[in-house]
Amino acid sequence: MEAEDPTTPGRSAAAARQVADILGPFLGLIVVVALFGAVAPEGFLSVFNAKTIATQTVIVGLAAIGATFIIRSGGIDLSVGSAIALASVVTALAMKAGLGEVPSALLGVLAGAAVGAVNGGLVTLLKLPPFIVTLGTLGAARGAAKWLADEQKVDAPSGGLKPFMSKNPDLSGLPGFIRENLPDWLVLAPGVWLMGLAALAAAFLLRRTVFGTWTTAIGSNEPTARLCGVPVERTKFAIYVFAGAMAGLAGVLQFGRLTVGDPTTAMGKELDVIAAVVIGGASLSGGTGTILGAMIGAFLMATLANGCNLSGVPNFVQEILVGAIIVSAVTLDGFRSRQRAS
Amino acid sequence: MKAGAVLRRQGPPRLQIKGVTKRFGGVHALRGVDLEAEVGEVHALLGENGAGKSTLMKIVAGAQPPDSGELWIDGVPFAPSSPREARERGVAMIYQELNLCPHLSVLENVTLGRETSRFGVKQLDAARGRLGQVLTDLEVTSFRADTLVSGLGPGDRQLVEIARALCLDATIIVFDEPTSSLSAPDVERLFRVTRRLVDGGVTVLWISHFLDEVKAIGNRFTVLRDGETVGRGDVLQTSTDEMVTTMAGRSVSEAYPRSARNPGAAVLSVKGLAGASAPRDASFELRAGEVMGVFGLVGAGRTEMLRSLYGLDPMVSGEVELRGAPVQRPRPSRWVELGVGLLSEDRAREGVALELSIADNVTLSSVRRLANRVGAVTRRAREAAAEPWRERLSLRASSTRQPVRDLSGGNQQKVAIARLMECGADILLLDEPTRGIDVGARVEVYRLLDQLAVEGKAILMVSSHLPELLGTCDRIAVMYRGVLGAARPREEWTEDAALAAATGGTS
Repeated sequence: MEAEDPTTPGRSAAAARQVADILGPFLGLIVVVALFGAVAPEGFLSVFNAKTIATQTVIVGLAAIGATFIIRSGGIDLSVGSAIALASVVTALAMKAGLGEVPSALLGVLAGAAVGAVNGGLVTLLKLPPFIVTLGTLGAARGAAKWLADEQKVDAPSGGLKPFMSKNPDLSGLPGFIRENLPDWLVLAPGVWLMGLAALAAAFLLRRTVFGTWTTAIGSNEPTARLCGVPVERTKFAIYVFAGAMAGLAGVLQFGRLTVGDPTTAMGKELDVIAAVVIGGASLSGGTGTILGAMIGAFLMATLANGCNLSGVPNFVQEILVGAIIVSAVTLDGFRSRQRAS
Repeated sequence: MKAGAVLRRQGPPRLQIKGVTKRFGGVHALRGVDLEAEVGEVHALLGENGAGKSTLMKIVAGAQPPDSGELWIDGVPFAPSSPREARERGVAMIYQELNLCPHLSVLENVTLGRETSRFGVKQLDAARGRLGQVLTDLEVTSFRADTLVSGLGPGDRQLVEIARALCLDATIIVFDEPTSSLSAPDVERLFRVTRRLVDGGVTVLWISHFLDEVKAIGNRFTVLRDGETVGRGDVLQTSTDEMVTTMAGRSVSEAYPRSARNPGAAVLSVKGLAGASAPRDASFELRAGEVMGVFGLVGAGRTEMLRSLYGLDPMVSGEVELRGAPVQRPRPSRWVELGVGLLSEDRAREGVALELSIADNVTLSSVRRLANRVGAVTRRAREAAAEPWRERLSLRASSTRQPVRDLSGGNQQKVAIARLMECGADILLLDEPTRGIDVGARVEVYRLLDQLAVEGKAILMVSSHLPELLGTCDRIAVMYRGVLGAARPREEWTEDAALAAATGGTS
């Protein structure tokens, strides 16, 4: 242990540590970009392609925001993909019924939140392990989606939800002086902006609010959190509902992207979401994981998929690469935390 | 401030405990405890392991209600129904295993569960100011409010808990064995902080069995033995010898079967063994046909000595010889091959596999030998191997198919020892082999050890229970703060001398 040293860590060191925590995922992203920059055709390193990747990040990115809270609290959520599908079906059905964009989107988000509420309820009331509970809802929510959709794609007018995932959004709604001065690289799909705003809000939630601190405390040392008076059950429930709502939002945008409500969409996406959070520096034993890290992780995964597509690398190579990246990210992280501990 | 000089003021004592009793099932944990601690003193609570100190402190902390008896704080009756209620009355506990969230900062830990907020957004400026003041008062410079707890060592973490107690306006702070995991400079710093606390009017209850420490920091003391207050006094006016005698005086006597033994040559020799934190220096020779005892208090480093010797924890330095041949890089599987078995103090997790049958448990370490021609191990083979042990150890079980979970603690322990014997161990390292088993079963374990020693096995037995060591061992060595003293024949030991050596009193 260090002796009593007057220059010991304060706020600036805490900030430096946060930078160091994010450095690993960030370097990983740079390596992936550099690799494909060298291998892939010229189109890879273009502004247009960057926008494409950003758009492809949105679905996993939004869900990863919620999953960061769950994993930070020491839990896990396997039902994300099914919640996305359920939300997209619910949104489609609402649009088809002529409810309009905003109510339909809200219903989609609520559908996701409902899956989260079931997860949170079972985890806190029946004291079941989150892995088992969400393995159950992984199946149940997918089944519910198929049931509601009558086991087929739900065709519905996508209306105002479609442009959310458009790389060339219609700017006519913006005031003239913004439209004229907007640099090209800022013309992103609205879904990307939405993800960015959600990430900022979630980062604030995690760092500055009591809810965020309690989330970390539960993942760090649950008995102590309880001893200190943290309402552990209530907080956990809120975490799962919040994460479900984020998956629901991802489902709404998935509907916008596909323009149909597809009950078989986002199959296996829960693993991409967990991978993004873990690549971003979270530990499955809880207490760690940042929103920025999860965003970088999601972006890295999308970059990898995009780069492989452009360079004509077969799909299976991409799958192997994703696996290798997950394992090395966790290995490096474990190595780093051991070093810090000693 | 000098130890012993308590400011006597008019009025009731800060904490008063009268006639407190507590039973768990048929066991009297507390039979009648009285204690009085004044404002601004360090009151030491002394007693051997199992004397009832922890139970008493749980009652004070509100974790358990007493069966009878009364408590007062500042003359007002105190009967907390929960830890939270005790905290609100100003009682703070600082346990051995610290209660902090390592991923949170010092400030977040100190305010956890009682954050002030506006619309859910934390408003910690006031708490930050208060914490800064507390840290300044404690002269803490090694960390600040925003330091992450995961980066702090055990000494600093303890200070975080003390700071939390002060931020909660605690007037009674209970330290449970506060120095057991601290380095010497951290202990010094804790002493300074404690003196500062009592100068500020806080009452500190200091639970320890290290008498040198009590001499250095304590003002007055209360001694518990077998759940009763058996002595109290002023630390300065009492010698460590007197304290030791008060702690040791014994009422229960047990029978220790002993046959004539013929210890042979040294089979296991250990020189200068040191682990990562403990032990610091352990050397001994274990002979065939003897039971050698290692006495020491919890936290002295005895378990760590066995674990690092066995390769379960890293061995930092030391030489190990088995029957004259050096053993390089010892690891558990190698020790088993060499015929050395370790019995963990944690029976439920490392001694037996609770869900498996007696036969499975007994053959677990030697299952390879039982394989038939095609490599399968039949249940019949395992049961045939285990059956002789059922008879020999007089296991109270209808058959060897019975799950170990259904057995009593004593019978579980016999199964664990049988497993070591079945895999051919002739050197046994036993860590607290009679922990948590009743007196009758203890005697059976003693008898078994005696038989094994007569057969020529070498047995090393670690225990916190001094009478059983004096009763069963041929030689005894005492461990104190990670250093193992020389083994001496048991005739040369008295209870007082062993306890003094284990507590750092004169020996």
